Parts: sequence; C-alpha cells; structure tokens
Amino acid sequence: MSSNFTASNIGRLVWSEIKPALLATFWICLLAFPLMTLSINPTNQTYSFSMARIPYLAGGTFALSIIWRFFLKRRSFQVITKAVHQSEGLPEDLTKGPKPTWLTVVMGSKYRRQGLIVLLALMVVLPFISNPYSVNVLITCLIYVTLGLGLNVVVGVSGLLNLGYIAFYAIGAYTYALLNHYFGLSFWICLPLGGLTATLMGLLLGFPVIRLSGDYLAIVTLSFGEITRLVLNNLNITNGPRGISYIKPPGFFGLDLNGAPKDFLVNYLGVDPGMDVFKVFIYFIILALVILTIVCVFRLENSRLGRAWLAMREDEVACQAMGINRTRAKLTAFALGSTWAGLAGVVFASQITFINPASFSFLGSILILSIVVLGGMGSIPGVILGAIVITALPEQLRFFSQYRMLLFGALMVLMMVFRPEGLIKSTRVVHMHTLKNGNGNKTKLEALTGAPPERASSPPAASQSPGQANSQANGQANGLANGLAKPPQGPTGESS
Amino acid sequence: MTAATDRPQSAAKTESSDLILSALGMSMVFGGLVALNNVDLSIERDSITALIGPNGSGKTTFFNCVTGIYKPTRGDVILYPAIDLPSISLKGKPADVITHQGLARTFQNIRLFNNLTVLENVLIGRHTRMKAGLWGALTRNKKTRQEEAEAIEFSFELLVTYGLDSMANELAKNLPYGDQRRLEIVRALATEPKVLLLDEPAAGLNISETSALRDLISNIRENEKVSILLIEHDMSLVMTVSKKIYVFDYGRLIAQGPPDEIQRDPKVIKAYLGED
Repeated sequence: MSSNFTASNIGRLVWSEIKPALLATFWICLLAFPLMTLSINPTNQTYSFSMARIPYLAGGTFALSIIWRFFLKRRSFQVITKAVHQSEGLPEDLTKGPKPTWLTVVMGSKYRRQGLIVLLALMVVLPFISNPYSVNVLITCLIYVTLGLGLNVVVGVSGLLNLGYIAFYAIGAYTYALLNHYFGLSFWICLPLGGLTATLMGLLLGFPVIRLSGDYLAIVTLSFGEITRLVLNNLNITNGPRGISYIKPPGFFGLDLNGAPKDFLVNYLGVDPGMDVFKVFIYFIILALVILTIVCVFRLENSRLGRAWLAMREDEVACQAMGINRTRAKLTAFALGSTWAGLAGVVFASQITFINPASFSFLGSILILSIVVLGGMGSIPGVILGAIVITALPEQLRFFSQYRMLLFGALMVLMMVFRPEGLIKSTRVVHMHTLKNGNGNKTKLEALTGAPPERASSPPAASQSPGQANSQANGQANGLANGLAKPPQGPTGESS
Repeated sequence: MTAATDRPQSAAKTESSDLILSALGMSMVFGGLVALNNVDLSIERDSITALIGPNGSGKTTFFNCVTGIYKPTRGDVILYPAIDLPSISLKGKPADVITHQGLARTFQNIRLFNNLTVLENVLIGRHTRMKAGLWGALTRNKKTRQEEAEAIEFSFELLVTYGLDSMANELAKNLPYGDQRRLEIVRALATEPKVLLLDEPAAGLNISETSALRDLISNIRENEKVSILLIEHDMSLVMTVSKKIYVFDYGRLIAQGPPDEIQRDPKVIKAYLGED
C-alpha cells in the first residue's frame, strides 16, 4: 500500500480528480457564454459585450464540481466497502431480519400511540395559530398528500407508470363543479360521487392498458391525461378555458359557514377569525380525508389484494403463475388509485371555488409523480414527506425570488443522485412467529435428513456427478455419459 | 438419502388409469418454428416424472404450455384431481386459473418477488387459496383477519418444514442462491398443488446443494400430496429421483420409460452425444 503514495502517484490522483472538474467548467462556460456575456437593450436596440462575469461562473462551477465529485466518490466507496465485506465471506446475518431504520424504531417504540396523538393534536391546532395564507398552503399540501398516496398505489405498489394521474384529479374537481353549477348539489353529495366517477374513469382507462406495461403504459396514460384536459377545454358544458366559477364551498349540515357563523364570531364574540371560516373547515375535511387515505392504503398494502399488486410489480409472469389474476389486479390498482385523486379533486374545487382546465396540466401529473419518487416508492411515510417537501419547499424558497424554481430543480437532482430510493425507503411489515414446538427443535427437514438443509457438510463423491450445475450442452452430455456408464441398475447408492 | 434412491425401484407398477395429469397431442408453433410437435406426456399420481433433452428441445415450452403462460397451438391438458372426481381440461385456460386448479411451477431462472420478504413471497403463493377481496382488505373484518392469520400460520409452517423460517423477514433478493431456489419451490408448494412442475431446480447449484435438493424433492414427494414433473440437466439427480423419464429432442418426444431403460436407449444417446 505504501508504494502507492509516491509523489507522482499523488499528482496523478489529484489530476484525475481535477481534470473532469476543469472539463465541466469549460463546458458550462461554453454553454452559458452567450447568456452571460451579451446583454441586449431592447429600447434603443443596442447590445453590449462583457466578459466580467465569466471568471465568477468558472470559479463557481469548478468549486461545485469538486464538491460534487467528492460526494460521489464517497458514495461509491461506501458501496464498494459493503460489497467487499460481503464477498470476503462476511455475510450479513440474515436471521436477524432487516436492519432497523429510524422510522421502524419510532414506529416500533412503545410511545408510538402517544406520538401519533401529539401529532394529530398539532395538526388540529395548526390552522388556529396560523394566517390565511398558511392555511391555504396547508390545504394544498394535504391535497397533494392524498394525491401522492393515491398515485403510490398505482406507481409505487403496483408498478404501473401512470403519467396522466392529474386527469382523475380533474375529473373529481369537474364532477363537483358541474353538479354544483347545474344541479346545485352540495359538497357532501359530490364528494363520494367525485370519487366514484374517478374510479369509473380509472376502470375505463384500465381496460385498454391491460396488456401494456412500462414505457407503453406511460405513453397511453400520458395521452389520457392530455385528452381529458383537451376535452374539458373544448366542451360547452364545462365552459371551455374560462372554467367554472362560484363553486360553493362545503357547508356544515346545510349551514353556510361564511354567513351566519362568521357574523356570529365577529358581531357577538368580537373575534375576527381574519380568514374565511370555510377554509378552516376545508382544512379539517382534507385532514380527515388524509387520515382515511393512510388507513385505507396501509390496509390495502398488507392484504391479499395489496400483495397481488406487489407481486405484479415484482414479476408479471411469476405473479400469474402464483394464481393471481393479472387483469383484475391491474384494473383494481388503476381504479382504486384514481379514487383518491377524484376525492382530492372535489376538495380542491371547493377550496379554490374556481377551476379551469389550466389547473390540470401535464406538469401536475409530473409533480405528483415526483412526490412518489422523491418520497420513496411504495413507502407511505415517504410519500407524505415527499408531498410536504414538494408543495411547501417552493413556498419556503420564495426568499430566493426568481431563482426559486432553479434551486428546487437542483435539489431534486441532488436528491435522486444521492438517495435514489427516496426520502424514506419503503420497508416491509415484519411478522414474528413463535414455534409451537419450541425454538430449539430441529426442523422437520433436518430431522429427516440428519443435516441442516442446503449446508450438508459431506458432499457426495464428486467423481460420480460431474454434470452438476451445468446447463450447458457440455455438462449435459457429460452427465448423461456418466449416467450411461453406470451399471444398468443405475439409480442406486449415490453416496454409498 | 438411501430412501430416496431406492424408491423408484421399489414402487409398484401403477395402472394407466391412475394418472394425475396428461398432455395430449401438444403442439406449439412460433411463426415458422415448431417448438413442440404433437407431444403426449402423462404423469402418474404420487410419482416423480422427469423431462430431459438437449437445450432448445422444447422442455420449457412444454412447461409454459401446460401452465398457461403460452396458449398451445394444438393439444389438450387434462387434470385428474382425484380418482373419484371428474377430469378437468386445462386447455386454453389462463395461468392463474390453472394454478388454482392445482398446478404450480418454478422457473428456470429464479423468478422470486425480490423486494418482498421471504414470508410475503410464500403468502403470495397462498393467494389462490384465500378469498378476501377489496371490502375485506378495507374493513379488515373478523373473517379477513382470521384468514390472514391462517395464511401466515400456514406459510410459517412451510418455511419451518423447509428450513427457511429464520430468514422469514429478510428480502428475497438477499438470500443466498441455493436458498432462493428452495424458496421458489416453497412458494409453489404454498398454492397446495396437485402437480408441482420444477424447471431445472439444480441449475447453478454446487454438488452439496444438488445433493440437498435431491433430498428436498424426495421429501416433498413424501410430505405433501403432490406429483412432481421435473426438467433437469443433472443426470445423477434425474436418474436417482425419477420413476419415469421423458426425452425431448427438437420438439418431439423421442423416448420414454424408467431411468435404466432411458440410459440404454440408442435414440437418447444419439440425441445427446451425436452419431459416430
């Protein structure tokens, strides 16, 4: 090892690190050259040329590149160390089960119930101690939690890449908007109807895509999203791009929350809530919806149906061979995933009170997909955290004004490079089993063969079975030749 | 081990009526390629039958046709669930229905559900014997909870029997290769099959692992009420465990019979070693 650290070697090592950084710097400067050097003055139609900003750009890029390479090196080093440990015959002890993460520790601790109650209490108090703006952000955030959890059923659990998820959100929102506009139906009737319509549309989309998976499925769902938006844009009944306004917010048992209750608060109690009362009410509705979603999604994931979805994600052929009806699994995944988008859509329409097709663009589908991928595919706490990050972070980054989306994008790139499994990795439920006959007993197989299965210490005489393990033609021929060479009564005493 | 090796000889000859599965005139054509050409094959109840042949001779295609992964161009598969029950034609049925009827298989290149735990892999095998639907999953009513508990109990018992219980909560992809092969067999057993189809279970195993596999296959035959159809290249394994051997070459059935006859069959020797 010591011979590696000669002066020339160190020089070469340093150069091997600096060279790519220099290349990156050169490349960035070249790309940004017209942007950074030319400034055009449109009023008097002149332009000026200045190289002053190029050194800053070069310096910054070089420093960032070095830092970037350092972290990448560190990461690959960790991966290699782990692999070496495994190959050196230091296997992880599989009998201990998966390694505990901070999440399994928290969820497994005896204070779990208290923790959840405190969290819930905090969520209940939150709208009363914040301003109208924050309540709006909170509602949006919770809507996206619902959407993320719904899409997680389709993408994370069932492995069906859906790029048109926003369509179901739109369908939910328009169901409420149209029924309210034309028939005056209330929020509470439209909430289940919106969910149901989205479910039916999910089934409708499910039928043509039964045979598709992967990229093809992505293209079809993407088209579905665009078709939905275009239809909404061009129908007379939806009022086209002008959208539908004056959507009624939800009432409390038929009571208009912005009327009498607000008057009562202001006039009789002298308390000015400082915001629309119905917004707080919507906050609680979406909070309840999120809790319902979490419970349902968790239960689904750990049921016969959820396992069928997981199996379909892992291996479509093997899942059929295990007796799973793939058609049914796909359809239920699509339909149920869409239900949550429909419900969230109804809440969205009631929060905004005005919707038009522009609210349901392709970017929305991508945003929800990013929530699922960033949070951690198939991980419920991950998706929740992902939704919070994706919706709240751009708000928090407003300090950086026009650079905020740039920064947001950069953070996502970093995230995917250094933590591709998502913020919170999906973990599987652990089942413990206490053997009825006690732990010390041998398993049935051990008792039968007298040796632990698979690790039989005495291999049978090697010369008698040379054809083992090889599926190549050579191996077969040898194996058969060996079998043929045996005396006619062949199948006797392999290891005698 | 001796028990296993003696059995093919000591087993009495069975009547032709005592079959569990028979494939009649199976043909599979891919474009211009005849992968299977009018193959008849039958499996005796409670026996181990082997299917051998050079690479590309149609063994796995036959498996895929029988288990519904492919739809055979011609031919029929008939299952005789029990002696006093009527026979069932599996022709053209989808794979999941065939599994429900009692055929379970493993794959040549292991196809486990890698990112799920060992126990979940086995639980998915229970899928076809469980009933809970959407409503049961959402409400988690008493019936569903009971069914779920029974399935977990059943799966754990299988894992204990075949020595995988200590890794029940480990992800399938983290298992050593030999254990992955074993898990795939256990997962197939969880469907409570009448016929178990093993596609090259010894591929990639070393000598001691193959020997353990031999015991495993014999034990499965004895513990579970199941007949086994085995594709295998390892002749020492095939010749010792199986009662009857079918030999394929270029999609045709070229020989069938007990191991000692097959070993002496000139057509088989020609298929494997070529002509002088």
